[in-house]
Amino acid sequence: MAEFTLPKNSKVQGGKHHASPGAKKPRTFKVYRWNPDDGQNPRTDTYEVDMAACGPMVLDVLLKIKNEIDPTLTLRRSCREGICGSCAMNIDGTNTLACTRAVDECSGGTVAIYPLPHMPVVKDLVPDLTHFYAQFASIKPWLRTQSPAPADKERLQSPEDRKKIDGLYECILCACCSTSCPSYWWNGDRYLGPAILLQAYRWIVDSRDEDTGARLDDLEDPFKLYRCHTIMNCARTCPKGLNPAKAIAEIKKLIVQRRSA
Amino acid sequence: MSRDLRNPLQRARGLGSAKDGVGHWWSQRLTAIALVVLVLWFVVLVLGLLGHDYQAVRASIARPWNALLMIAFIIAAFWHAVLGLQVVIEDYVHTRWLEVTSMIVIKLLAVAGVLAGVLAVLRIALGS
Repeated sequence: MAEFTLPKNSKVQGGKHHASPGAKKPRTFKVYRWNPDDGQNPRTDTYEVDMAACGPMVLDVLLKIKNEIDPTLTLRRSCREGICGSCAMNIDGTNTLACTRAVDECSGGTVAIYPLPHMPVVKDLVPDLTHFYAQFASIKPWLRTQSPAPADKERLQSPEDRKKIDGLYECILCACCSTSCPSYWWNGDRYLGPAILLQAYRWIVDSRDEDTGARLDDLEDPFKLYRCHTIMNCARTCPKGLNPAKAIAEIKKLIVQRRSA
Repeated sequence: MSRDLRNPLQRARGLGSAKDGVGHWWSQRLTAIALVVLVLWFVVLVLGLLGHDYQAVRASIARPWNALLMIAFIIAAFWHAVLGLQVVIEDYVHTRWLEVTSMIVIKLLAVAGVLAGVLAVLRIALGS
């Protein structure tokens, strides 16, 4: 059956509190901690951070904690401007990027920070995205053509056709959408999930790609594609404001279109 | 337990595409559209029969249009229910033998329900 409760060794327990005496503008952050090497259950540590001496974003807070309060805190980050997708995590109950979510946008009181839901955890806020990336590789996300490349120029695309990739090419594969999707939680081993399906549609709708039929063949599967029940968590959570659910609906429409109704 | 030495891509590609699923998806939508009309008709029929006695109800169902729509309603409702239940089972039941067993059971039950319902309407309509 689908798992609705955490296994015994994954139950989250209370952790340490790191006070910040003398803070001018204190704000409390509850952060998920788990170390694979110490044999302990996961716990949530709370950190008081002086927002008067900290940048505005949640990532600023996490880096301040790591630099000044607790260097053992582990997280991924790179570009700090919402283009690399490394710092995707569950902040204040929503999957988003720590670098583009302002602390002021979070609901009042303690801000809870967890790793992306329902993924194996490597350590603290770092989820294991191996399977997610393998699923991305499985859709062969590159321009697939039969015709030889033009000798002296690029493969051309009209401005109208180029527009069809808008809202798709911006995806940074941060996995916020896929890990917010209940269908992906229960059947992520086989269901490709919103991020990968949006990426698949990005190539299906690309006017320069010549393998559309094979792409649709590969997706037409009760589990790979049709686990999407238009729950719409993906569109609600996407930190780039994209709509994976719509891309999935377009794939379903194309598969209907090529058969007799 | 030995370590899984398969490449992640091997696991992600799995058994490949079933090249199937659109039929289920499309049937679910077709039966849904049919049921919008048929459920409305059914509710109107039942409301109209409130307070009537057994003979009046039988006579009403025996009318050709009512019998026809009732049979359509029974088939569409069971068909739609099986499609929906199949999705629920695929979503949540991950014990293989239980999944296959429940899938077989709901399909056989639905066929039995349709046959019984249609037979009942036919007996009333054809007066035997």
